[in-house]
Amino acid sequence: MTAMVQAEAVHKRFGNLEVLKGIDLEVAPRDVFCLVGPSGSGKSTFLRCINHLEKIDAGRLSVDGELVGYRQKGDKLYELSDREVCQKRQEIGMVFQSFNLFPHLTVLGNVMEAPCRVSGEAKATVRARAEKLLDRVGLKEKADNYPAQLSGGQQQRVAIARALAMQPKLMLFDEPTSALDPELVGDVLDVMRGLADDGMTMIVVTHEMGFAREVGDAIVFMDDGVVVETGKPRDVLTNPQHERTKAFLSKVL
Amino acid sequence: MTDPGRADDPPRRPEAIRAVPVRHPGRWISAAVIVVLVAQIVNWAINNPAFKWNVVGKYLFSTSILQGVKTTIALTIIAMAMGILGGIVLAVMRLSANPILSGVSWVYIWLFRGTPVLVQLLFWYNLPSVIQSISLGVPFGPGWLITDDPTTIFTKLVAACLGLGLNEAAYMAEIARAGILSVDEGQVEAASALGMTRRLSMRRIVLPQAMRVIIPPTGNETISMLKTSSLASVISVVELLYTAQIIYGRTFQVIPLLIVASIWYLFMTSILTVGQYYIERRFSRGASRSLPPTPLQRLRFLVTRSPVMAR
Repeated sequence: MTAMVQAEAVHKRFGNLEVLKGIDLEVAPRDVFCLVGPSGSGKSTFLRCINHLEKIDAGRLSVDGELVGYRQKGDKLYELSDREVCQKRQEIGMVFQSFNLFPHLTVLGNVMEAPCRVSGEAKATVRARAEKLLDRVGLKEKADNYPAQLSGGQQQRVAIARALAMQPKLMLFDEPTSALDPELVGDVLDVMRGLADDGMTMIVVTHEMGFAREVGDAIVFMDDGVVVETGKPRDVLTNPQHERTKAFLSKVL
Repeated sequence: MTDPGRADDPPRRPEAIRAVPVRHPGRWISAAVIVVLVAQIVNWAINNPAFKWNVVGKYLFSTSILQGVKTTIALTIIAMAMGILGGIVLAVMRLSANPILSGVSWVYIWLFRGTPVLVQLLFWYNLPSVIQSISLGVPFGPGWLITDDPTTIFTKLVAACLGLGLNEAAYMAEIARAGILSVDEGQVEAASALGMTRRLSMRRIVLPQAMRVIIPPTGNETISMLKTSSLASVISVVELLYTAQIIYGRTFQVIPLLIVASIWYLFMTSILTVGQYYIERRFSRGASRSLPPTPLQRLRFLVTRSPVMAR
């Protein structure tokens, strides 16, 4: 079976700062991976490399067997055009820490925008699917509201519905609950739990250790641009092997 | 302690405060002084024979003046349309990663913002008299003649539209650029993550949001353009001011006809001001939780003292 995401020695630098110093990771279809670690450890950067929002400098990164951002012919790499990169991104949903809903569109408009404009699907089909998705995240009655009229938790659930509307085979979550009031976190996590139960492949950058333990198939602990430790959530959380993991967990648990 | 959960035991509410309000004698005195001064000026203007209000009334709706108003409006609309479209293209070029595109845009803005619009008008007006022919073809290669007589294409009206429109594009470019830059980077990221190409996200996500920042100064530019179009009188385009000039050149009623032109300019700018308010309101959708009330709604509130729900 091809891995959904395969990273081999992925490096990334911003100017003089090396953010990723060789990441190796393999995520199988239907797996839920939780990336944890101190801020500045490169978790978000790695996540953004997967859908080519950031370009990697060295190593190999592929999604569902296809290289990210490049095409290989013989032993030569060809950069993909903007259009081709966008084509591939359609299969990868992403949810941001700051929601990034389109404020000038209604909730329904946000969810329908990409399927209508990018994949060019019929409006009626998209509308039915969008309404179903909004119902699923519990916001059917907010369809005609603008994002500014929603709470943070509601906005994030709309953002999830928006990403799902493109029917992705992989979902990336970049600290989806970090900007939320504590009492709103639960609703968002519930939606994500439901997704995981349905077999969606997910990579989640999070500080919610409870969620990681309960839903995650694996916890990946990153620090200073490298993967320090990977394992079953129960093992990593209760019996960390490395000093750095122990130090981090003692602060967050 | 009161228990807010029990309806049959309402919390005791003290009586509303009744106090003698502070008096403001200074406000009354300054208001009285201003009212007297204004009344004096109005009286002087109305009763001064030099203003010849009967002449003003005679020409205000005359056919030639109305024709001039029409030309002024047409000139403003064409020049602003050129300015807005050109400005957005220039702004997108200016923000492009391609150094040639952004460099060309920079030079254009530098050139057209750095020379007086009056000079530009005279330039386009006089250009056709010094070029022999216009042809279209391959760069540095063969071409097809379009005309031997450039004045047939570069009429006075075309020269005025070019002069005003190309100059306006330079100003609008800076306004549009500020608008585009005001949109949060996360918006473009979210659009990219959904698979939108750069062009699509610019058109569907960035520009509609940039509009909220672009619209108010564009309204100002339009009002300004309405007045600046009077400069076209210099190259004898028969717009509102030049029409008034033609009439007073014949009748020597200079002040009354300048008043006629001013009344029309004032009337048109007033309409634009109201229009701008409603357009701004439309583009602020989604920016705040509720829209501010319209002047009509506010008036109703002042009269009835009942709060209105902004729609």
